[in-house]
Amino acid sequence: MSGIEIEGLNVWFGDYEERVDAVKNAKLSVPKGGSFGLVGESGSGKSTILRAIMGLAPTWSGKIEILDKPVENPRGRDFYRAVQMVFQDPYASLHPRHSVDQVLSETLSLHGFKDIDTRISKLLDDVGLGPSFRFRYPHQLSGGQRQRVAIARALAPEPQILLLDEPTSALDVSVQAEILNLLTDLRAEHKLTYLMVSHDLAVVGHICHDIAVMQLGEIVETLGVEDMRAMRTQHSYTKHLLESSLQSAAG
Amino acid sequence: MSLADTQKPGLRAWLLTDTPTSRRHARAASLYQAWLSLKGNHMAMLGLGILLALVVIAALASVLAPSDPFIQDLALRLTPPIWQADRDPAIEGYILGSDSLGRDILSRLLYGSRITLYIVTLVALMAPIVGLLVGTIAGYAGGWLDVILMRITDIFLAFPRLILALAFVATLGAGIENAVLAISLTAWPPYARIARAETLTIRNSDYIHAVRLQGAGPMRIITKHIWPLCISSLVVRVTLDMAGIILAAAGLGFLGLGAQPPSPEWGAMISEGRKFILDHWWVATMPGLAIFTVSLAFNLLGDGLRDVLDPKDGKS
Repeated sequence: MSGIEIEGLNVWFGDYEERVDAVKNAKLSVPKGGSFGLVGESGSGKSTILRAIMGLAPTWSGKIEILDKPVENPRGRDFYRAVQMVFQDPYASLHPRHSVDQVLSETLSLHGFKDIDTRISKLLDDVGLGPSFRFRYPHQLSGGQRQRVAIARALAPEPQILLLDEPTSALDVSVQAEILNLLTDLRAEHKLTYLMVSHDLAVVGHICHDIAVMQLGEIVETLGVEDMRAMRTQHSYTKHLLESSLQSAAG
Repeated sequence: MSLADTQKPGLRAWLLTDTPTSRRHARAASLYQAWLSLKGNHMAMLGLGILLALVVIAALASVLAPSDPFIQDLALRLTPPIWQADRDPAIEGYILGSDSLGRDILSRLLYGSRITLYIVTLVALMAPIVGLLVGTIAGYAGGWLDVILMRITDIFLAFPRLILALAFVATLGAGIENAVLAISLTAWPPYARIARAETLTIRNSDYIHAVRLQGAGPMRIITKHIWPLCISSLVVRVTLDMAGIILAAAGLGFLGLGAQPPSPEWGAMISEGRKFILDHWWVATMPGLAIFTVSLAFNLLGDGLRDVLDPKDGKS
């Protein structure tokens, strides 16, 4: 069974002369339970693919199938129960006037859960936040704690697929490792499918089994993470990306 | 002055905690912190104090007023205030003097505070809510709805405010309710503008996307996610506008289109005093001072609230 199946996906912004093609003819496939990484420099269209899947990109064409079913437009509640997304910047993805409790209870009630109190405690526990965090506001939390809340919110509807939009890039290095470990644990525990966007090859190598390399809106190469480690690449851009990543790691 | 200073330190610690234990606790703690930062602003506290005094005076006007505001005594008309040297020492009462019909100005001022509060409350309930609705719907929906709603707003904004209010009152008929309605009709467009601008910055933020990804509809997003963020800047704007609203109401009263005689509305009182302003200054000055004090109080409070509530500066 396939988790995410994308073929011939085009996403563009604006019309006529102002039209910008953000994603061109993208094709990727993530098996159910798999974890897939999209890498590329900023502006290469990786986040736009996630936004197109979630229905946040206004204009797109092509085929998007989730769990073997084509997505409806606009996305229905069933879709949002199956697929959730974690945003890049935890400082921007939490409502400044809503406490953790409000965020989670609203999410749970929108999805029609009844036992909200016990579920909130369970969710906070899952993401490694104690019950003492439940009634705090975002300004009382650190960046890593905020991202944990955002992950808890994404997990609340018990999705099968989680889209991760550079979930650690806004955090400092020590916190990045914690969040990555948390994501790895959660995937094992909840049998989640991940589609993760990052410009950091080390992060993607840690989480993902397969990666796709994007350049200027096109997927130039798809390869397994073992091939990536062994530098077995087809496309010159992938090689360039890997080398610069190695250099920055060494330097 | 504050309650918490005199109560046991346990409550203070409970309110200042970073780890609230229940929904009510979290709300109380954030309210208390806002109160603390407002309390630090002495001018705002002065404004708040004056306004609280206004509320108390309006509630207790019948007890506080030395005489009936409507009783006339033509023999004692235009009595100077008590400290004036040219006042006949045999006259009793009339601390702030009497007007052209021999009515006690102090009593009229005290009763007039009720009318002022009535106007202020009604306008504050109507104009910002209409503005908030129009602005957030226009900003969130975008497209043709935005164009239609904002062009209507522009039409209202294109008129000078008092002139438009005059036109409304002339159509609806003179009277305090119609004055309130006219002022509200002219006061909402700036609020719609502010609310729309705020909505435009909020609508594409990640936390709005995030709640859309939970399947929330536009109604829920506007009322539960956008309104709480717009309200603080509207509250600031309303308190700063209150002075203008009181003055507009007084202006309508002065022109004879607001409160009708013998109602002790402050603007109407100034209008009556105008005829005697050269020889009997107190008739117009006393209500003028009352309007000035209340307007100033609203401005001071508005400035303080802006420091507390404006999310753009400060820690939140």
